[in-house]
Amino acid sequence: MGWLDVFRNNEKKTSAQMAKERLQVVVAHRRTGGGDHPAYFPQLQQDLLAVLRKYVQVGDDAVQMEIEREGDLEVLELNITLPEDARH
Amino acid sequence: MAKIIVVTSGKGGVGKTTTAASFAAGLAMRGHKTVVIDFDVGLRNLDLIMGCERRVVFDFINVISGEANLKQALIRDKRHENLYILAASQTRDKDALNQEGVERTLNKLAEDFDYIICDSPAGIETGAIMAMYYADEALVVTNPEVSSVRDSDRVLGMLSSKTKRAKEGGEPVKEHLVVTRYAPNRVGKGEMLSLDDINDILGIPLLGVIPESEKVLNASNSGMPVAMEENADAGQAYLDLVARFLGENRPMRFTEAKKKFLDRLMGR
Ligand SMILES: Nc1ncnc2c1ncn2[C@@H]1O[C@H](COP(=O)(O)OP(=O)(O)OP(=O)(O)O)[C@@H](O)[C@H]1O
Ligand SMILES: [Mg+2]
Repeated sequence: MGWLDVFRNNEKKTSAQMAKERLQVVVAHRRTGGGDHPAYFPQLQQDLLAVLRKYVQVGDDAVQMEIEREGDLEVLELNITLPEDARH
Repeated sequence: MAKIIVVTSGKGGVGKTTTAASFAAGLAMRGHKTVVIDFDVGLRNLDLIMGCERRVVFDFINVISGEANLKQALIRDKRHENLYILAASQTRDKDALNQEGVERTLNKLAEDFDYIICDSPAGIETGAIMAMYYADEALVVTNPEVSSVRDSDRVLGMLSSKTKRAKEGGEPVKEHLVVTRYAPNRVGKGEMLSLDDINDILGIPLLGVIPESEKVLNASNSGMPVAMEENADAGQAYLDLVARFLGENRPMRFTEAKKKFLDRLMGR
């Protein structure tokens, strides 16, 4: 490492550090099942949001979906967050 | 009992065939009867790397379809009597590689050999799955580069879900990380992922590091697995890897940047 790099390191990450951080995110995502969705998943999520919005005002992240696998069984886990004042 | 070892990666061109050839050669040089099989149907290349392309008459697909028996298709290496090659076919029909045929062939080879090395094609399709399906252990070949590391992670996912061991719920396939084309001087400059980085991300035991080396191209030009080449850094690294695989303790080499002449002179 040259003496100039000492100054540079304080300012920004090396490209290898950026690579590592980005990889840690995608690998963690795959390992928790995130990368393994069926192709229809994003569309289903959009459709569910549209249905929901007929009744309540919700944000884009209101519908969280995961697929859980246990042996041969696949379970679609839906988590819908309603706004505080949804009951009115 | 023969051990079946797949050399796999997901991403193409990272050094699977180079690794399969040198790993098989190294095992044979240590006295183990070893066969290396090219699973890359339609893109046969292992024969060239092993230097036996002119001796291929029958191939793996011919054996599976019954057009030839194993004895006719196995090519014995001229340099090491323990080393054999089973070439891939040049046919474009990928379906020729059917599961029953692969199993039958591997079972037959297992009667005769100590190690069966399967050189996987790139990708995550049938050919790659077929190459890993019966594996006991896997060498996951990875370059210090984002797309290669990510693909290796996907392959680890396949090893734990798509293999016979995974389906039958037995002992999982034993995974080994092999980092190839490693350039210590670039790692030192922060331009390339380090061994520790890759270890942190993938979390499987490191079996060996192969340096980026011009000797690899030279060796492939002459049809010689680089492990057979004396005085080649990459070849030495492969022989170390084989020794570790056989249970010996060998420190990693070729992982530090070469010091500049002036630095060495001044003892820095
Ligand atoms: N350690 C190394 N140093 C320099 N070059 C290398 C090294 N390892 C492999 N190569 C080169 O990289 C290229 C690809 O190698 P190889 O054919 O072994 O990869 P592969 O993973 O089998 O590819 P494919 O996915 O197409 O089957 C070749 O040109 C080879 O010479
Ligand atoms: Mg190859």
